[in-house]
Amino acid sequence: MLAGNIEYYQPSTVNEAVEQFFILKKENKLPMYYAGGTEILTLGRLNIIHPGAIIDIKAIKETLSHESYQEHFIFGASLPLTYIEEKNIFPLLTQTSMEIADHTARNKITIGGNVCGNIFYREAVLPFLLCDSTVVVAGKEGQKTHPIQDIFNKTFQFEEGQFLIQLLIEKKYLTLPFITIKKRQQWETGYPLITVACIKIENQLRFAFSGLCPFPFRSQKVETELNNTLLPKEERINHAIEQLPTPVLNDVEGSKEYRLFVLRNTLKEMIVEMEEKE
Amino acid sequence: MPNPSAKKISVSLNINGEMRQVEIRPIDTLLYVLRHHLSLTGAKPGCLNGDCGACSVMVNDNVYKSCIMLAIESVGSAITTVEGLKDSPIQNAFVKHFAFQCGYCTPGFIMNCQALLLKHPHPTYEVVKEWLSSNICRCTCYQEIEEAIFSVVEGRVGGTSE
Repeated sequence: MLAGNIEYYQPSTVNEAVEQFFILKKENKLPMYYAGGTEILTLGRLNIIHPGAIIDIKAIKETLSHESYQEHFIFGASLPLTYIEEKNIFPLLTQTSMEIADHTARNKITIGGNVCGNIFYREAVLPFLLCDSTVVVAGKEGQKTHPIQDIFNKTFQFEEGQFLIQLLIEKKYLTLPFITIKKRQQWETGYPLITVACIKIENQLRFAFSGLCPFPFRSQKVETELNNTLLPKEERINHAIEQLPTPVLNDVEGSKEYRLFVLRNTLKEMIVEMEEKE
Repeated sequence: MPNPSAKKISVSLNINGEMRQVEIRPIDTLLYVLRHHLSLTGAKPGCLNGDCGACSVMVNDNVYKSCIMLAIESVGSAITTVEGLKDSPIQNAFVKHFAFQCGYCTPGFIMNCQALLLKHPHPTYEVVKEWLSSNICRCTCYQEIEEAIFSVVEGRVGGTSE
């Protein structure tokens, strides 16, 4: 349980939430936005984070959107992962999500909470990186939309007081061929080693990674090498690995060498399967 | 907005069909309030980290780990703890199939199974496996728990409440 005198607020509008943030900030109360809250409660219990006030955004209706809007589909930041899985509008997101934590925990973990979390896996962001999604963010200057490539660099680059309202995907991406593979060191429920997600669009493969580096990422350089069909698969993979961002993780879940070994085999498996898909 | 005071606030919680008035701090977890304010000790503290599932309860018929949920988040919802199940088929099935040994994890498993059967009265094996991966049993009664679930699905075990 969190320690200390922490205040709790549940605004019902985006503006109220942002205003409350800056009021609390002015009072030096270290406010934090809260959706599912699983990470805040677990990291708070371990004394790793120390919020003075939490602003629960789950009552804000825009954060609960799950609907079509013109050429896009909207995922509200407060939607629990299991809700998204049950509706299964975006199968790549469903499959990626189903590998996160466990079913009961995913009743509480929200899509916004996962992609904005401190814990570095943040696998739910991979489908959004692959599909050039749009991010709706609230802040002091109102609501703004950003292409995800402009605002996600290892983590979401939010300004103080900003929070994620929605993630939008162009509908053309919802049903593309895909594979998402999560490898664990042991069993089916162990901590993740690496997750790789891949889609095929206009005969090109796109890849996004989690658990390989201390941040999730999609890399143009890596994709260019993996799509160089003039070379044999093994060579393409070798060249792609040379383009990986650094550092490659080397921790208790797996050494750097082991992660790269697993990555190499996973990429080969994915390329073989995806290049056959129409 | 709720009372912004960091000190104790008075809230009404709908627990097992009864409205209970309780003084809580906004940061109290639901597990803490159930056990320490309401003497409902069926939900067990295990990892306190959202991993083991011993503290599972239902909120609006969805299963949650009460160690990673604030009590204040459950205001206005219907909370069901293992004490709220009386002679339910899944409880009887656990007894009939010896689906426990030490019993510490049992209330959490039962609440997860109850929520599973409410949502999927005829679950596939894959669905059962996925849901059960949320709870840990150190005595490794997993096989018996699966048998208990499928005995309810197949109508081999009855009870007086759903």
